[in-house]
Amino acid sequence: MVDVTPADAVPPAEVGEVELYHPHSWWTKYVFSQDAKVIAVQYSATATAIGLVALVLSWLMRLQLGFPGTFDFITPEAYYQFITMHGMIMVIYLLTALFLGGFGNYLIPLMVGARDMVFPYVNMLSYWIYLLAVLVLVSSFFAPGGPTGAGWTLYPPQAIMTGTPGGQDWGIILMLSSLILFIIGFTMGGLNYVVTVLQGRTRGMTLMRLPLTVWGIFTATVMALLAFPALFVACVMMLLDRALGTSFFMPAIVEMGQQLQHNGGSPILFQHLFWFFGHPEVYIVALPAFGIVSDLISTHARKNIFGYRMMVWAIIAIGALSFVVWAHHMYVSGMNPYFGFFFATTTLIIAVPTAIKVYNWVLTLWRGDIHLTTPMLFALAFIVTFVNGGLTGLFLGNVVVDVPLSDTMFVVAHFHMVMGVAPILVIFGAIYHWYPKVTGRMLDETLGKFHFWVTFLGAYLIFFPMHYLGLMGVPRRYAELTDMTIMTESAHHLNSFISIMAFIVGFAQMVFLFNLIWSIRHGREAGGNPWRATTLEWQTPQTPPAHGNFGKELPIVYRWAYDYSVPGAKEDFIPQNVPGDFAPSRESA
Amino acid sequence: MSVIVVFLLVIAGFAGWWLSHQRLTAKPWLEQGLAGDFVGFDRSALPTAKIGLGVFLAVVGCLFSLFTSAYFMRMGLPDWQSLPLPRLLWLNTGVLVLSSVALQCAVVAARKGQIDNVRLGLATAGLTTLAFLVGQLMAWRQLTGDGYVLTSNPANSFFYLITGMHGLHILGGLVGLGRTSIGAWNGARPERLRLSVELCAMYWHFLLFVWLCIFALLAGWAATFIDICRQLLT
Repeated sequence: MVDVTPADAVPPAEVGEVELYHPHSWWTKYVFSQDAKVIAVQYSATATAIGLVALVLSWLMRLQLGFPGTFDFITPEAYYQFITMHGMIMVIYLLTALFLGGFGNYLIPLMVGARDMVFPYVNMLSYWIYLLAVLVLVSSFFAPGGPTGAGWTLYPPQAIMTGTPGGQDWGIILMLSSLILFIIGFTMGGLNYVVTVLQGRTRGMTLMRLPLTVWGIFTATVMALLAFPALFVACVMMLLDRALGTSFFMPAIVEMGQQLQHNGGSPILFQHLFWFFGHPEVYIVALPAFGIVSDLISTHARKNIFGYRMMVWAIIAIGALSFVVWAHHMYVSGMNPYFGFFFATTTLIIAVPTAIKVYNWVLTLWRGDIHLTTPMLFALAFIVTFVNGGLTGLFLGNVVVDVPLSDTMFVVAHFHMVMGVAPILVIFGAIYHWYPKVTGRMLDETLGKFHFWVTFLGAYLIFFPMHYLGLMGVPRRYAELTDMTIMTESAHHLNSFISIMAFIVGFAQMVFLFNLIWSIRHGREAGGNPWRATTLEWQTPQTPPAHGNFGKELPIVYRWAYDYSVPGAKEDFIPQNVPGDFAPSRESA
Repeated sequence: MSVIVVFLLVIAGFAGWWLSHQRLTAKPWLEQGLAGDFVGFDRSALPTAKIGLGVFLAVVGCLFSLFTSAYFMRMGLPDWQSLPLPRLLWLNTGVLVLSSVALQCAVVAARKGQIDNVRLGLATAGLTTLAFLVGQLMAWRQLTGDGYVLTSNPANSFFYLITGMHGLHILGGLVGLGRTSIGAWNGARPERLRLSVELCAMYWHFLLFVWLCIFALLAGWAATFIDICRQLLT
């Protein structure tokens, strides 16, 4: 049946070999490692650790909101610090670092058929600078005055004033320094991810044969490289305002009867810079999720991805469009109404490529051989959640709807659904999917199902009621709402309910962590390709893949990544490195 | 924000041109095997390090475009008072041009395999670059001496911020130049040395270009130029 055409018989020697750095000691093998797989695990572990801190912070916030006045140690200042650090950690230090630093490092070299990243030393530096950024961030918890409480957007002038926790103490300085370090570290890693996809691909791996995971991470990295400088500029300028007394963002201001030395600065300038980074950031997190979920769905439904080309084009279109929508976060900042019209239009246009992706996922499932494994459950939950959060995004994209809803719980519910819950569901799915490759053992399926159902249903029970609270007019960022007329009895009950659900969902994550650690030793042996998947990372000679990823010879790619259930083939999947033509039309010819 | 949007349009144009050569309209589900016409699309013939540096320079360009955007937005506010640029900056510009020329000569020499000329070019470039940095610091001292301190006006703040940022990038480049020079004196492999020298030259030319843009911006010519463009458009 395998019909090897002459063109397939390419001598493997034509694949260029790369010089690999070989570790000489335990330290260079596991700590200061230049192997992308080790760096990926380091990134993931650090991101998970700091993510747990953010999870605890969200519990503390919910304690205050659900049971106001019960806990004395949660002062309004502390509450502001909790929301600020929770938001910043989750968006940047967890999601960005985990998707690009974790999955990017692990999957790019393996999926494109490379031995390692193209600049391994720079890659190692990237992780250590990221770790330094995290440590600086954590140190702000122990600094005098505590961490900054300026809100994750760090808007001046309040971010650096006395009334804001950390504003005139160390908090804001450490926050800005940590962000600057993160951006420097990320740029080093990002160069690697982009150039490895460009130059590290093995023979036969054309761009249109890349798995969508790589497309997603690649495009997101390009966007991040171009968007993070905006945050860098904003952080440097604010640091100068705070530390040296310049007036980039700080207007003339009287604080407690005293005229500050600042004069004439523009807070709107900061908002422009911040959101020029901030909006692409949403898609920096979403695009890797889109890519990964496409691969999960295709693999676990045993069906080729529907409309691969459209998926690629949509990823590129979303990436490009996301740079011209930033001001939809600033409808209430008093900018020119014509700008609002322009940005509302571009915002709504993004719904088109995004909807194409959703249709394609659903059509991939259509009449597929769906295996409801844990990764698949998470992937399906992602589609539902993303559609949900995306639809409220269409509400908020319109100026007239956004203005009354701005700064209410509705916004909190929207962005948690679309860029909190949805990407996290993909991260879980991806961990259940690739854990067998990383460790050689499967995660426990029963615990996985428990984790899934509690997380999925719990997240809805947390964030759905928030939409209603928002529509009632309950504002976000308020530590104490007891005396407000909008806070009816039922609204208070709803808040308590949300808090209890938040604890239950948080508990389910502990089960997940236990599963992660327990399965390293006690999980079922996975074998090389437990999901019977086609992409190259499942075709490595060893599991977990050894240093250099593939054996003596790099694989040669003969087909795209989605040859599932090909008619006439012996098995229901054909790996990318298997030569031959299984198309029935040619077989009969 | 128009400067950064224009910069990104340039990047998008370049990315679009590159993507248009990548057969994005291919139907991969119909194409098995390793047909000869795929091979050309595998990877670029350029050295990987050069592509890496190119991507990095795009990020650096983005950074300075954003500073420029912020500069223009802040400039429109009423408290802005431009500062007189020290004459010394002209000399510094000349010195930086000289270092770029020296590196270009080193590239030519490396291609011809003349190791002595490579060393001469690298040494000249290193010295002139150091002279540029010293000159910039002297310009700073001159300005602060005349009372144009960092905090007294946003124009001053931007001057120190942008020139300082450019200086830091030059300083980082000197690390690369230092490593290349060590290789040139310790007998690195010719092809490896050639690549390092070419990378240095690429970085220096780019930073020279950035400096010329910054100079035009700080001197106020860029604003005049944009005003003329705006008048032509309206």
